Amino acid sequence: MHRPRTLYDKHLDAHTVCTLDDQGHVLLYIDRQVANEYTSPQAFSGLREAGRQVWRPACTLAVVDHVNPTAPVRIATMPDAGGALQVSYFEQNCRDFGIELFDVLDKRQGIEHVVAPEQGFILPGMVVAAGDSHTTTYGALGALGFGIGTSEIEHLLATQTLVYKRLKTLRVTVTGELGAGLVSKDIIMQLIRRIGASGATGYAIEFTGPTISALTVEARMTICNMAVEAGARGAFMAPDQKVYDYLADKPRVPKGELWEQAVQTWRDTLFSDPGAQFDLEVSLDVGELAPMVTWGTSPDQAAPIDQQIPDPLQEPDLIRRQDLQRALRYMDLTPGMQLDQIPISHAFIGSCTNARIEDLRDAARVVRGRQVAAGVRAMIVPGSTQVREQAEREGLAQLFLDAGFEWRQSGCSMCLAMNDDVLSPGDRCASSTNRNFEGRQGAGARTHLMSPAMVAAAAVSGHLVDVRTFSLEA
Amino acid sequence: MQPFLTETGIAAPFLAANVDTDVIMPKQFLKGIDRNGLDRGVFFDLRFAASGAPNPEFVLNQAPWQQARFLVVGPNFGCGSSREHAVWGLKQLGIRALIGSSFAGIFFDNCQRNGVLLIQLAEAEVKDIGQWVSTPDSAELSIDLEQQQIVLHDGRCIAFEIDQLRKQALLLGLDAIGSTLQRTEQIRAFEARYLQAHPWVA
Repeated sequence: MHRPRTLYDKHLDAHTVCTLDDQGHVLLYIDRQVANEYTSPQAFSGLREAGRQVWRPACTLAVVDHVNPTAPVRIATMPDAGGALQVSYFEQNCRDFGIELFDVLDKRQGIEHVVAPEQGFILPGMVVAAGDSHTTTYGALGALGFGIGTSEIEHLLATQTLVYKRLKTLRVTVTGELGAGLVSKDIIMQLIRRIGASGATGYAIEFTGPTISALTVEARMTICNMAVEAGARGAFMAPDQKVYDYLADKPRVPKGELWEQAVQTWRDTLFSDPGAQFDLEVSLDVGELAPMVTWGTSPDQAAPIDQQIPDPLQEPDLIRRQDLQRALRYMDLTPGMQLDQIPISHAFIGSCTNARIEDLRDAARVVRGRQVAAGVRAMIVPGSTQVREQAEREGLAQLFLDAGFEWRQSGCSMCLAMNDDVLSPGDRCASSTNRNFEGRQGAGARTHLMSPAMVAAAAVSGHLVDVRTFSLEA
Repeated sequence: MQPFLTETGIAAPFLAANVDTDVIMPKQFLKGIDRNGLDRGVFFDLRFAASGAPNPEFVLNQAPWQQARFLVVGPNFGCGSSREHAVWGLKQLGIRALIGSSFAGIFFDNCQRNGVLLIQLAEAEVKDIGQWVSTPDSAELSIDLEQQQIVLHDGRCIAFEIDQLRKQALLLGLDAIGSTLQRTEQIRAFEARYLQAHPWVA
């Protein structure tokens, strides 16, 4: 009789080449990697300097996403010297090492974590590592995904493995039916608020419960994506029929008998055994949840939209109090202020967290029949070129344009502002992204995180607002 | 990789919580294809005023901490983006070790791969060391990795834990890829078995 194992245990056991010590270090085999132009160059240079080859080039998919402009008309060359150099070196590396590349003009280009699932590049049961922290997204497909630095990219390219230390496990059980106007973004923001920005540091999270089962696969991706903002180095959900249906028609998934064989194996194995022990358990009832927004400079500095900015003087710990005061100073907000009265200058719908087609449909329901408020610059940057085209086919693009939104090309864009989509000091942005760090969207700029529908509601109102006060057509 | 044996130098206190890698290395320094010139970017918005002049309020611009070789940091240091540029920059600035109560996972691995020692202690101990090195006269300390101890200016010794695997790699300055490639045959054998059992991965 085997000891009951968690889904995380099963992923690790299936991918362990060998154990390296008795402290949890293993040599872990990695199935897939997604590479981008900004965290990979030094890894390829390292291979070149050492005269090393890429172990399995077909395991890596390269996508230009971080530095490219998102202006409506696409051009192959980057407007700035740094971005141009990164993109041309990326192309050279992919060519020389035999790695498939989606360049900026490719119809399949987009944000790596949107592109990989829509291509069917990631399958349940896989272990995926990539040079981007939001690689946790793939947990929604029943894969273990985690971010790595450039040295680890080089190690992975050269050996198809990583020296990996086993994490502790945290099970988050989500119950309760989400109210109208609420989405999975609100669930993950509430979790981060509750356990803190390092509440899951050192852990892999497994999300479970009826609320998770009821979500679409895309909505689940938002949760796994942002789990890293609680420190999780891996966040996943046992795959179900929705996942298999989502993947079935994707271009790169196995076909025919091989697909049937794969699905059967996943059904038989990819779940935590009854009785499996987790190191930590958290229960989250979201039945009474209100739409969440951040007010500070860390993703855990969040509150329901119907509440007020908290008072740092209520915090007994001196260092924590200073952190709160610093955050409010940076955000130019005062304790006691109503969250739904904070005016905005910008609205941004984009990023690997919330720019898939369902996110754009959510935003469109709010925007229909309304106009972007005077003095607000509102932008929509679809998660991928395919999402953009689908939204155009569905009439969403025209709806956004008619309402006064900019309808842009795909990329990471103003989520981290590595390209030319940068806010100015003092700008205040309602954003469907994942990080409200100081300077994240531009030096001195202020970010409020929220769901795409909440961003759309703020864009047409000119201030943060409770989307539940809007009458929406179904 | 430069081995880490015993290091002595100034420790700078920077105890804010959740210092993210965007703050450690802002976006405008991420546009290179090499590792050069990143020392200038470290804590850029904190270290420099809009004019480009050093901000005298920031600890790394003050004597004696402008020569810091160690940082004493708040919880969850290095959270957020995976950008290894943050660690390359710290290293170029001369930082050899960080003392804190918790570090974000990717940042932790990035430091290890670059020979930057991360020492994890209880939050109260970190605060205590942070306070101690906040006085110029007691800002200097030594870190002995072999003995796994920090020696403060008054001779107090503070022991720390570290996985032996990490410790050996740091002491010897090991090349991680070279070490793993010694297991090439083992990886190949595993891969053949694994792909046979999971043919849809191939």
